[in-house]
Amino acid sequence: MRVCRGGAAAMADREERRFAEVPRESIRLMAESAGVELSDDVAALLTEDVCYRLREATQNSSQFMRHAKRRKLTVEDFNRALRWSNVEAVCGYGAQDTLPFRPIKEGDLFFVEDREVNLVELALATNIPKGCAETMVRVQVSYLDGKGNLEPQGTVPSAVQTLSDDLLKYYQQITRSILGEDPHLMKVALLDLQSNSKIAALLPYFVYVISGVKSVSHDLEQLNRLLHMVKSLVQNPYLYLGSYVRSLVSSVMYCILEPLAASINPLNDHWTLRDYAALLLSHIFWTHGDLVSGLYHQILLSLQKVLSDPVRPLCSHYGAVVGLHALGWKAVERVLYPHLPAYWANLQAVLDDYSVSNAQVKADGHKVYGAILVAVERLLKMKALSLSVNAEGGIGGLPRPGGIMGCRESSPGLSPPPEPLSEPGLGIASHLHAGGAGCPWEDWTPVPLPAMYCELYSFFGDSLAVRFSTGPSLGNSPPAPLAQPPTTRKELPGGTANLDTARKMPQLTANLNISPRQDGSPHGELTAPSMVSGRSLARSSSSSSVQRSRSSSSRPGQRPSGLSRDVFPKARFNPLPAGPPIFSFVIGGRQMGRRCQGRRFQTTFTPSQPLSAVSSRTYAHKLPVIGRVGKPVRRWTCSQYSLHLPL
Amino acid sequence: MPTVCDTRSEMAAVQDAPVEADNEKEIKTETLNDAAGNHASAAGGVIPSPPVASTSSSGPAKAGGPGSEEQQTLMAVLQFLKKNNFVGAVDVLRREAGILEDSDESQGQELAASALGGAEAGDATCTLSRASSCTTSTPAVAAAPAKGGEDQPDVNVVLSAYSQQGDPALYQGYYSGLKKFVESVLDCHRAELSQLFYPLFVHMYLELVYNNHETEAKAFFEKFSGDQECYYQDDLRVLSGLTKKEHMKGNETLLDFRTSKFVLRISRDSYQLLKRHLQERQNNQIWNIIQEHLYIDIFDGMPRSKSQIDSMSGSLAGEAKREANKAKVFYGLLKEPEIDVPLDDEDEEGENEEGKPKKKKPKKDSMGSKSKKQDPNAPQQNRIPLPELKDSDKLDKIMYMKEATKRIRLGPESLPSICFYTFLNAYQGLTAVDFTDDSSLIAGGFADSTVRVWSVTPKKLRSVKSAADLNLIDKESDDVLERIMDEKSASESKILYGHSGPVYGVSFSPDRNYLLSCSEDGTVRLWSLQTFTCLVGYKGHNYPVWDTQFSPYGYYFISGGHDRVARLWATDHYQPLRMFAGHLADITCTQFHPNSNYVATGSADRTVRLWDILNGNCVRIFTGHKGPIHSLAFSPNGKYLASGATDGRVLLWDIGHGLMIGELKGHTDTVYSLKFSRDGEILASGSMDNTVRLWDSIKAFDDIETDDFTAATGHIHLPENSQELLLGTYMTKSTPVIHLHFTRRNLLLAAGAYNP
Repeated sequence: MRVCRGGAAAMADREERRFAEVPRESIRLMAESAGVELSDDVAALLTEDVCYRLREATQNSSQFMRHAKRRKLTVEDFNRALRWSNVEAVCGYGAQDTLPFRPIKEGDLFFVEDREVNLVELALATNIPKGCAETMVRVQVSYLDGKGNLEPQGTVPSAVQTLSDDLLKYYQQITRSILGEDPHLMKVALLDLQSNSKIAALLPYFVYVISGVKSVSHDLEQLNRLLHMVKSLVQNPYLYLGSYVRSLVSSVMYCILEPLAASINPLNDHWTLRDYAALLLSHIFWTHGDLVSGLYHQILLSLQKVLSDPVRPLCSHYGAVVGLHALGWKAVERVLYPHLPAYWANLQAVLDDYSVSNAQVKADGHKVYGAILVAVERLLKMKALSLSVNAEGGIGGLPRPGGIMGCRESSPGLSPPPEPLSEPGLGIASHLHAGGAGCPWEDWTPVPLPAMYCELYSFFGDSLAVRFSTGPSLGNSPPAPLAQPPTTRKELPGGTANLDTARKMPQLTANLNISPRQDGSPHGELTAPSMVSGRSLARSSSSSSVQRSRSSSSRPGQRPSGLSRDVFPKARFNPLPAGPPIFSFVIGGRQMGRRCQGRRFQTTFTPSQPLSAVSSRTYAHKLPVIGRVGKPVRRWTCSQYSLHLPL
Repeated sequence: MPTVCDTRSEMAAVQDAPVEADNEKEIKTETLNDAAGNHASAAGGVIPSPPVASTSSSGPAKAGGPGSEEQQTLMAVLQFLKKNNFVGAVDVLRREAGILEDSDESQGQELAASALGGAEAGDATCTLSRASSCTTSTPAVAAAPAKGGEDQPDVNVVLSAYSQQGDPALYQGYYSGLKKFVESVLDCHRAELSQLFYPLFVHMYLELVYNNHETEAKAFFEKFSGDQECYYQDDLRVLSGLTKKEHMKGNETLLDFRTSKFVLRISRDSYQLLKRHLQERQNNQIWNIIQEHLYIDIFDGMPRSKSQIDSMSGSLAGEAKREANKAKVFYGLLKEPEIDVPLDDEDEEGENEEGKPKKKKPKKDSMGSKSKKQDPNAPQQNRIPLPELKDSDKLDKIMYMKEATKRIRLGPESLPSICFYTFLNAYQGLTAVDFTDDSSLIAGGFADSTVRVWSVTPKKLRSVKSAADLNLIDKESDDVLERIMDEKSASESKILYGHSGPVYGVSFSPDRNYLLSCSEDGTVRLWSLQTFTCLVGYKGHNYPVWDTQFSPYGYYFISGGHDRVARLWATDHYQPLRMFAGHLADITCTQFHPNSNYVATGSADRTVRLWDILNGNCVRIFTGHKGPIHSLAFSPNGKYLASGATDGRVLLWDIGHGLMIGELKGHTDTVYSLKFSRDGEILASGSMDNTVRLWDSIKAFDDIETDDFTAATGHIHLPENSQELLLGTYMTKSTPVIHLHFTRRNLLLAAGAYNP
């Protein structure tokens, strides 16, 4: 059927009307197919009549449409009109779907595709389509007291409306297949997402979908899929992520750091997820370093914050370590390394607790241990490498305050960017700003490799796969720091020799009892017995609890809440009430004092009352092991994470 | 009278000439036309005869001309009937022929079919109009303009009137000559005379087509169709598709043009101008058309302005004749039966509690519920026999009164809250919705032939137990009404199966025991809401029934459909009590007057008609809509009528005076539902454009009443105040609003199906 200009209908001031007209040839063809030969005159007459009858039927059918209160004329309407004029109805096109017209290659012929249906197959089909939902009436009280809604209700946002239908369909298909059940489909979808060059308009919607990680933290599978989606987007060479990269990073960070609901079940392998997310993070920084440079510090800050927060669960710490590792050895050097001594104490306590109730936590602790080990080994390797490279030609040695740039890690993100830290936008980091006044790395000075090695060796002993001699042969490290370790280390009761690995661990664990104290609030700990009892809740089987500072990073704004509990349940330690604090304080003080000029980690230590008297065991059994997820950092915002028992 | 002579001589001419012999006839008519023209001009020159007489059949010449004309028409019809073996119809027609001739001529067209018990004859007429079978035309009837008793005469009879014609080449000249003349007259007359263009254009075009001058017709159409008013575009589209004589058979729009005279209202001065012009130019072609196909209603006084004319025109057959709207209409409300219950006390208490005794007065006024005095405009209580109140009805009345005391006074300051009932998953296509008066049930008619009923309240729908189970229950117990219900059948919704085509209208009975539905299959069905089964299928319409409506007192209902006839039924009669014929196109919507003595019908011919149930007469014809009318609403006091059409406009009518009194512009698509608030202060309109709009009806009515409109001529100046009257526009969630309902407490309920 061809649509051409209507005969008599050229109106002066209105648009020309168009009628459907059947060409004479069509009529003749149809007649021939019915076995009738038409002469020209007859065909012409017939054509005209056919056209007229068609118009008439169309006009009649529009009545049915109007009365059905529709805007769309359906085949059914037309059939009814045909029935009025005693014409046989056209069967087979009653479906409400649109009829796809297909052109034929030669000539202006269009026809409706009429596929053959295999009835047997249809009858024996197993995937019987679900019936459509039941028709129902729902009431909505829309407008009260004349204060009505003046905007159209329930329509798609205007931005989406501008999307073409194809894009919308693509979006739906992709999200559906990525989040759906079929792994094969997911792969195909991810692959396409990675290589499709026309999806720039959809980027905000995908980013929005990805930001849904926060709502599916119970479902590792979904988290994984979403991370894969991030990866595909990041890898798509045609996409300019622009400011959306922040949102992506924040979603990835969420997967790395947050104590996901999925990690409550020890059977869930959330570690892999964190590893993958960390990998992804590094990938983003590698490939989109120009976009995320402003984020670098914020991320470091937040990682550091997590790491230095003993209240956080171990899986968060693990995330922080792998995150730092992923950000490069510089990050490890600047955040993890200085923090290690303090952290080590806590970790050791966990690892040394052999009680059954601690088994799970201990396993987690080993994970963290392993992650730290991997991180510092790489740190040592890379530092050595950079030093040697530096020594050879000084190619990458830029006189940056951040230290020597490794050639591999020369991504712009790794140097401290000019932007201030108060840059907004990253959800995770935002809460750090309050405490970010005294940033540890603002006045951070690089530690020479030998010293670092010495120290790390003191922690890990022979677990370190990298070996250096501790002699001054390495690099051009200044002698002063070199001299320092022995002086300080001599105070260690266990011995000063670096090689005595067998004894290292116990020695260090002995230090555990004390950790750096917060300078701001020593009173709180002294005066609030409730706090002590609250803390001691976590210690499942310890006979006596030892005074420990809450969190070395707690901000002044935080209420001196006694409800925060220790992450590391300590078991076997029966420290002497007076002696050990003093001696281990020295260690803590030494290390902290040197790195951070004693600002952050207070070394003055007021020996407190023996706290063993405060018995809290009555509550202990009520606490789940995972009670560690209590996060003082965000307690006032996200109370749902808090499993603590108010006393 | 000269005119009559014209017709006669012409008739004679055509009688002589066989229809087939075109050439010969052409010449003859040509000459005769000239003669007739001369005749007319002579007559016009001598006496400026009263034009009413010259154009209508009610002049002094009535005795001779029209009588014989009708006789001839009847003869033709009888002949046709005999030929097709409609013996019964012939008998009936013969019997009624006498009545026809004696009947009051001023009642005009719609007598025969609307006569009481005229079902059989009516059906026959319908078949007639539908039959496109070719009968050889009877020369005797050829020139007789179809009028009088016949609404839809045989096609050939109708069309053959076009056989007289002039030179096809001159048509354009005739028309443009008239156009030039109209452009040259004084401004005040121009608007009035411009009304002539459209009917003349159509008839000239049809004449050309009928006489097989296809190319001339096309050229004519192309040249002048652009001049026509835009609201005739739909008809022009139909016309433009029609280029062959053969097509004219069975084309309803054409029949409408021919069967009814196009009515124009022109002031006497303008008419004189026109007449003089035509006589000077000896423009017989146009003069003939005016005489045969147009009815010019001449009035004394100021010519109307363009806007005045535009507001009233637009209908398929022009404006309504003035005398068509002269009949007295008892629009007042019936006196409510006294119900002796402690209600009054309670009512008083309620009023006193609220401390607003003044509130009572206007409420009584508007509801007319407890007024002791008979309204002078109200019909007699027993004018139409109404069903007696049952106990349950009385209880319901009491409930109604109680609710009414809690009713919110609406106004521009206090707009109603709106609840939207959205039909979800209505893939079947929702076509009609109705609420019960107490807003407890909602019914939907669907395109898949089903009717579904939902309970809006937590109370579930239950059907009565089966007969066997009913035997078992204790009939003496107090809660027998409760016991007869089958608890097992309780559900939120029920589906009623029975129709075989889309259901286009549903209506609850006032007592909530019955539900009516009408469908494409031509039937109206009555369903019981006790058993949820079909009780009766009312067959009478042979074509789709577009709408049906219960009377506010129950028992009666009205239906209207594609066959252009509205039928009044009683639930216990399987045949209609009345048939209201007169619309020139489908009846698209129906509505009962609150006093149940009248029904209003809206039609695709773009008119609203008001019919008297008592005698079947058409008492009001309202023209002014520019598209098919799809919704009607009476104001609660019965004085006003609102109508909404596909053009998106809502028009307000004063029933007593038969005048248009307001125009509400705002909707951008078909207005599918209209409803006045319970006290009539607010008019709500719902449309296909996904909005509900609220209008200040009090202001609309007041504005016009304070105006100095002349009821005599009916020429009102409509104030352009739509925007002032519009109180609010509320969007739905992409859901066309197809029904509106005010609860007894004046909460507005709207309904529609979500259209994703």
